[in-house]
Amino acid sequence: MTTHVTIRIQQADFDIGREVAALTRGRTDIGAVVTFSGICRGREGDEAIAALTLEHYPGMAEAEIARHAETAMSRWPLTGLTVVHRVGRIAAGENIVLVLTASAHRQAAFQAAEFLMDYLKANAPFWKREEKPTGTSWVDAHSHDDDAAARWTKS
Amino acid sequence: MKVKYFAWVRERIGKAEETIEPPASVRTVDDLIGWLAAQGDSYAHAFETPRVIRAAIDHAHVKSDTVIAGAREIAFFPPMTGG
Repeated sequence: MTTHVTIRIQQADFDIGREVAALTRGRTDIGAVVTFSGICRGREGDEAIAALTLEHYPGMAEAEIARHAETAMSRWPLTGLTVVHRVGRIAAGENIVLVLTASAHRQAAFQAAEFLMDYLKANAPFWKREEKPTGTSWVDAHSHDDDAAARWTKS
Repeated sequence: MKVKYFAWVRERIGKAEETIEPPASVRTVDDLIGWLAAQGDSYAHAFETPRVIRAAIDHAHVKSDTVIAGAREIAFFPPMTGG
């Protein structure tokens, strides 16, 4: 079984349809593709958010995502995996992150996509700064993101 | 060794990276945070709450008691908020 892995960090937006097509083109062993896309919300509680600016640690961000991709491939029978994470200024309503997981059956694809997103949020070196009417500020990390990542280490 | 700073750690210190030569008594990540915090007000501000600071050595996460000998690049940053 070959696993087609794509990991990209980029400023430009991504096209979900094009990414799914690239993952499945010429393959007849894929029975399920799960797509997760994270989008910039225009509101957090009572406050409007115009945009997020994402900073990352070049080199480590790619390495960290690759490590999680390898872990996902060792845990589930995946036939393909794509992670695209945007950096720079992202306006409300725009895409931030894309995770695609492909497998022969849906269960592996669903679980691997959730695992990858949970790990990415807690461990990949990206930081969000949000633009509000009152000014800009760094987004605080949520302990529930660490909890979400930690549940995958329980047997 | 090269040190890199990200997000509000970078903003508080006022630079993204620098080359440092800490004394031999600075053995661990924790020691290095303590040493950096004594390098001036901006550093003291950046490292005022050491337990929230995350560290990586050569692109891999490390714990605060990790020995820094042999590290080429050490990075300090706040908890991550990507995804």
